[in-house]
Amino acid sequence: MDSLLQFLFSGLTVGAVYALVALGFTIIYNASDVVNFAQGEFVMLGGMITVFAHEAGIPLPLAALLAVVLTAAIGVALNKLAIEPARGAPVVSIIIITIGASIFIRGASQLIFDKQLHRLPSFSGDAPIRIGGATILPQSLWVIGGALIVFVALWLFFTRTLTGKAVLATANNRLAAQLVGINTRAIMTLSFALSAAIGALAGVLATPITLVSYDVGVALALKGFAAAMLGGMGNPKGALVGGLLLGLFEALTAGYLSSQYKEAVAFIVILAVLFAMPQGLFGAKSTERV
Amino acid sequence: MLQVSGLRSAYGRIEVLHDIDLTVGAGEIVTLVGANGAGKTTLLKCLSGTQPVTGGTVQFEGADITGLAAHKRPGLGLAQSPEGRQIFTSLSVAENLRLGAYNFKDARVASDIDEAYAMFPILKEKRNLPAGGLSGGQQQMLAMARALMARPKCLLLDEPSMGLAPIIVQQIFDVIVSLKARGVTVFLVEQNAYGALRIADRGYVMETGRITIEGRAAELLADPRIREAYLGV
Ligand SMILES: Nc1ncnc2c1ncn2[C@@H]1O[C@H](COP(=O)(O)OP(=O)(O)OP(=O)(O)O)[C@@H](O)[C@H]1O
Ligand SMILES: [Mg+2]
Repeated sequence: MDSLLQFLFSGLTVGAVYALVALGFTIIYNASDVVNFAQGEFVMLGGMITVFAHEAGIPLPLAALLAVVLTAAIGVALNKLAIEPARGAPVVSIIIITIGASIFIRGASQLIFDKQLHRLPSFSGDAPIRIGGATILPQSLWVIGGALIVFVALWLFFTRTLTGKAVLATANNRLAAQLVGINTRAIMTLSFALSAAIGALAGVLATPITLVSYDVGVALALKGFAAAMLGGMGNPKGALVGGLLLGLFEALTAGYLSSQYKEAVAFIVILAVLFAMPQGLFGAKSTERV
Repeated sequence: MLQVSGLRSAYGRIEVLHDIDLTVGAGEIVTLVGANGAGKTTLLKCLSGTQPVTGGTVQFEGADITGLAAHKRPGLGLAQSPEGRQIFTSLSVAENLRLGAYNFKDARVASDIDEAYAMFPILKEKRNLPAGGLSGGQQQMLAMARALMARPKCLLLDEPSMGLAPIIVQQIFDVIVSLKARGVTVFLVEQNAYGALRIADRGYVMETGRITIEGRAAELLADPRIREAYLGV
């Protein structure tokens, strides 16, 4: 029983990271129907920039802020340099561009930073908190809390703000969006900035637990993608629930079967969703014009 | 209100609009009729800024807007209900209307939405449903209502009667006439030449990218060339 609780805690922690990656997917997907596979690199950049800024003597909160802002700028640059010039190309081509961009960012990071594993100090110390018969790290609460806050903020953004609706409108019908006065280029810029910032925040929060190196982005993008698919692409609620569920599946698999199988969970989830319910748990986009 | 001079436009190297001149005066209903593929939609896209212009100018209220970005035009008072309706299918009816007033954040937005519901009561009934589930006629009403949310001085309509039952067509044309009474200038593109010329003040006929006939609507209705080619009599 105690070990179950312990598995749940670690599952929720990892799941919250996946949820943050999946939430990052949500915005760009909502604005453009594109799954941005460079999302994992934003997480990596968030962690790496914070580590190097902190090592250079910048206080941690400031280093984290710097990382989020710089990563957002890199997201905007990605849109301007790689995505916008390909406008009008099929969605699949643009997705392939994002895969290329992720390879480029990874390579550049390896040169600019290094190939080592890095960690950050935990924000609130490393003394485990006892709950029931299990323990949870204070940093886990930071990660879970971060995922919840980003989720609520995004949910409010898409349901309560005109700008959020403009993002949805831009994805649904770019021509019509322009005709009602939406600057669709600015919306795309905003979407990439927000997505990248959320990714970087995930990196900042998770690095004290998961560590960071230039190549962590690939696996994270894959896990975040599986989480978003499970929850229903484009839906913040789906991203949160999908992320947490995937984390729990992994933790339970590692705990009760073998940690060797853990890495397979994300693939199995992707396949299962594709076969059984391509819309995911909270899939939107079911009503289309006939 | 709207003045088009020497307008040219092309898809790739194929020019589909050649030297178009036309004017729409304040408070008028002006219609543009023409067969399939004549270039009517292309002209409207030039007016809304979603199609590149290769020559000539478009003036709106005396200002040159030829190269102005599409998203800046509704704010000037020039709104369009495009061909194929182009509603936001995944958003609700109410959200579609709210986005129509994207440039506005004041209290009038809510009263304009009420007015749209008064004009098309079926939209009120379906306000919380995804717009993609509406029937063709309801989608057309939504497209028009959404364009009106921009508080246009001049409304551009691209074939609002296309594919609709006669009774719905009548309802839409009645609304267009009521807009004129409210002081909205209307530029109406139609293949339904008879219906359009009956409610219009003036009309233009477009054939393969050129304006070939123009005049008062009543004269055009009586013109033998038009009666033969477009009215089927
Ligand atoms: N996206 C496009 N690419 C290339 N050619 C186009 C495109 N859209 C329209 N055309 C061509 O331009 C010409 C004018 O088309 P347009 O759609 O403006 O006609 P229309 O008068 O609106 O016709 P309809 O009454 O069928 O709507 C046609 O010959 C058409 O084939
Ligand atoms: Mg047309």
